[in-house]
Amino acid sequence: MLNDFLAEFSGLLAQGTLDTLVMLFASTAIAYVIGIVLGVVLHLTAPDGLRPMPALNAVLGWIVNIGRSLPFIILLIALMPATQAIVGTSTGVRGVIPPLVVATAPFVARMVEQSLAEVSRDAVEAAEACGASVPRIVWSALLPEALPSIVRGIAVTLIAVLGYTAIAGAVGAGGLGDIAIRYGYYRYENEVMIVTVVLLVVLVQLIQSVCNYIARRVDHR
Amino acid sequence: MISIQHISKSFAVPATRGRRSRGKGADFSYAAAVSGNPAAVAASVVQATDEAASTIASVLPDGTVSALSDINLEIADGDIFGIIGMSGAGKSTLVRTINLLERPTSGRIVVDGQDVTELSGADLRAYRRRVAMIFQNFGLLAQKTVLENVCFPFVAANGKVTAENRERALGLLARVGLAEKASSYPSQLSGGQKQRVAIARALACEPEVILCDEATSALDPKSTNTILKLLRDINRETGVTLVVITHSMDVVQKICKNVAVLEHGRVVEQGPVERVFDAPSAEATRVLLGRVDWDA
Repeated sequence: MLNDFLAEFSGLLAQGTLDTLVMLFASTAIAYVIGIVLGVVLHLTAPDGLRPMPALNAVLGWIVNIGRSLPFIILLIALMPATQAIVGTSTGVRGVIPPLVVATAPFVARMVEQSLAEVSRDAVEAAEACGASVPRIVWSALLPEALPSIVRGIAVTLIAVLGYTAIAGAVGAGGLGDIAIRYGYYRYENEVMIVTVVLLVVLVQLIQSVCNYIARRVDHR
Repeated sequence: MISIQHISKSFAVPATRGRRSRGKGADFSYAAAVSGNPAAVAASVVQATDEAASTIASVLPDGTVSALSDINLEIADGDIFGIIGMSGAGKSTLVRTINLLERPTSGRIVVDGQDVTELSGADLRAYRRRVAMIFQNFGLLAQKTVLENVCFPFVAANGKVTAENRERALGLLARVGLAEKASSYPSQLSGGQKQRVAIARALACEPEVILCDEATSALDPKSTNTILKLLRDINRETGVTLVVITHSMDVVQKICKNVAVLEHGRVVEQGPVERVFDAPSAEATRVLLGRVDWDA
């Protein structure tokens, strides 16, 4: 029975897992490039930051909040024309990466902002007193000091994005979520449903464990 | 020569709720009350200043809180100058105006004839390299090794650390007695050792002045003595000017040559340490010296 199952579905599940991983890591990586910049700017321009700019801070804060308040499924559909224009399709793995990035970047911005806020004020002030410029403080003091916390944030983000990729499956993105819906839900293939759930659980555990390990390795506190 | 001329500093009572004002200078009274609404904060500041025993700076008519008012001090090159006062007297704010971590509301800081209160950008950063600072909580980067911390001023100045810089940093670590700790992280050091690392870092760029903001307040008596002795010896060896902020008369007595007593953001007494100790004229000095009937 197991052999029959594997013969029928192993290729499908392998492809689904691969698609999920591609969506997950590609969109999270791009979201981090945007999110770190946003998070740093939010941190620096806060009223008690190194470069207070209340207006810019407020506008960025609103944009980030709006990005975070849209339910992902709505964002996914609303962005379809833009997605079509950017990557040439609004379905499949490629078609879901832009909306995933748009949904994830504001989340990352807040995670990074929070990690930066945890950095010891004394250390930042000492760097300032050494005559370091703001970009230098960001590169050589703030981000390195916040690194363990940022890595822990990556685990939280990856797991949240994994959930989004499953949602994206509902509108034809591919991946494990798509398989769970098409086979598990529409075709009552319970075994397929169970295996996709198990795969997702294993992915979450792996992501968390690996990030915890890295965070511990880079944390010298 | 650091000439502090008519320095005043006032803070706006925070209008936004829950915002922590930057820096220790603003740490008095209302920092404890920032969680409330602005009106309540203002009220609590007024209430606090009404208390006779309070050392908190006063609320000005425009609603701002005055931390320093019309401070005038001359600090000679090579001096070890103590600034003493109770918590909230404005000592930290004052010392932080010297390297402009805190901008004075009015007045000038003139260093070797140059008005530094006008500096900004690269000029300000260059000036800050001439005026090093050590902190009560050490201000070390927890994710960098001891050696990397000592090298940080080079990174701040040039964006990189040369082999020469590294040699100098190792020499400074040897000077503060921590040569073997170069590759340790701050979390592996005791408080006294962390402060020695901070002193080595302060010395990296050969400063003319070192500002010591409660540098020994978090340390036990033994470490305090080690740090004070180290500071005094460095002053003798290099002629670096030390500005020592403290609430401990013991610290002043041990290393300072001159002292100013701060109360409610004003200088109430200043002069050579022996004179101030032998014949204190201000009540605040007598309290700090412990020459009051504490049972009364």
